[in-house]
Amino acid sequence: MRFVDEFRDQEKARALAADIAALCEPRRQYKFMEVCGGHTHTIYKHGLEDYLPEAVTMVHGPGCPVCVIPMGRVDDAISIARQEDVIMTSFGDMMRVPGSRGSFLDSNAAGSDIRMVYSPLDSLKIARDNPAKRVVFMAIGFETTAPSTAMTLLRASDEGLGNFSVFCNHVLVNPAIKAILGSPGMALDGFVGPGHVTTVIGCEPYGWIAKDYRKPLVVSGFEPLDILQSVRMLLLQLREGRCQVENQYTRAVAWEGNPRARAVIDEVMELRPTFEWRGLGSIPRSALRLKEKYAAFDAERLFDVPGVRVADPKACQCGEVLKGAIKPWECKVFGTACTPETPIGTCMVSSEGACAAYYNFGRFDRRKVREASRV
Amino acid sequence: MCLGIPGEVVEVGAGRPDLAKVDVSGVRRVVNIGLIEEEGVRPGDWVLIHVGFALSKLDEEEARLTLSYLEQIGQAYEDELKALSRSEIE
Ligand code: SF4
Repeated sequence: MRFVDEFRDQEKARALAADIAALCEPRRQYKFMEVCGGHTHTIYKHGLEDYLPEAVTMVHGPGCPVCVIPMGRVDDAISIARQEDVIMTSFGDMMRVPGSRGSFLDSNAAGSDIRMVYSPLDSLKIARDNPAKRVVFMAIGFETTAPSTAMTLLRASDEGLGNFSVFCNHVLVNPAIKAILGSPGMALDGFVGPGHVTTVIGCEPYGWIAKDYRKPLVVSGFEPLDILQSVRMLLLQLREGRCQVENQYTRAVAWEGNPRARAVIDEVMELRPTFEWRGLGSIPRSALRLKEKYAAFDAERLFDVPGVRVADPKACQCGEVLKGAIKPWECKVFGTACTPETPIGTCMVSSEGACAAYYNFGRFDRRKVREASRV
Repeated sequence: MCLGIPGEVVEVGAGRPDLAKVDVSGVRRVVNIGLIEEEGVRPGDWVLIHVGFALSKLDEEEARLTLSYLEQIGQAYEDELKALSRSEIE
């Protein structure tokens, strides 16, 4: 199957590809990071690298919420789920994420009741329908999903739903970008910025990337043409010697984001002093926890959460993949010990994870895997 | 879960101003519109939906184009629709 023919407006894509090639300065190499896993998915699904000249390399970033959850948090969630009368809920993508002693699915096989939900609001219904149970929603995600968790909690509080709580694992996109910019040897020329996170936070919060690090960032939509267009906008900035935050995804993203969504997050959550990210280690002020005011809904306070730190498995190179330091196929276990059916690392679990995207769609990457395993 | 999906508002909550029924590729479900309430959501409007919440309004033509794009990307969208169709927000 030729994925590249699937998206609308091939003509426009070719024209953009030509523009992009023309904007590259001779003998210069460009490395752009797409922060968001949704973009990684589109790039591999549609073979977008085929539209880019050799001079432009796309590097995958840390913006896959499932991928950045460390083993210790999975273990903590399972230890909550194992307690008496608990129903835990989470998004479907979480079910197969490996903890140090197995995944949610494994835990269910051993008797716990962890259910996947589409929305945190579905967990409220489960809580109402099961008054004798304690329902814990394992909240994950960047600023895109944090307002949903906050709204759900406010609703539970209004209803006085005493058997509902949240195990909060929300993370923030800017500290992750900062950690990557600060890691040695990371010579990036610009960022394709997250689309849906920006519907909430707006474009302003990326200003420091342009100002302090002199890197352009273009907030991008998720279709193939959006991404090509964003790459073109990045190259144009570099060509004109500009470093700015620009918005390619104006049809969904207002420059100022969604102030109401931010207000709801602020009402319910506050910064954690530090949070452990899969593969990236502890990053200060990079995640959210519930405010004292909502302690009655905070699973971390209600349950005995061990809070263990577990090192990533030795074979796993997810940290390198999340930082964009290696391509998925360069991980030693990619496609052999680590597959979507039997993931070792998180990047293989969610369809937004770089490894899963490569595994599912990498037309030429299987060949690269073979080449890499020969050396 | 990170896939934002466009839906057309078909009904705005009777008695519950923060809920609306939307149509996403023929799947009709209730979602929460509390985060964009101030923008005044009416039947016929298009919204971008994330995990059961409308995050922003969309222009109709763009929404339809995005939808037709999503409809042919396959697995990821099918999974999202399947999850949505099981959702029971009230
Ligand atoms: S192949 Fe598996 S272990 Fe290696 S980086 Fe990818 S997800 Fe992690």
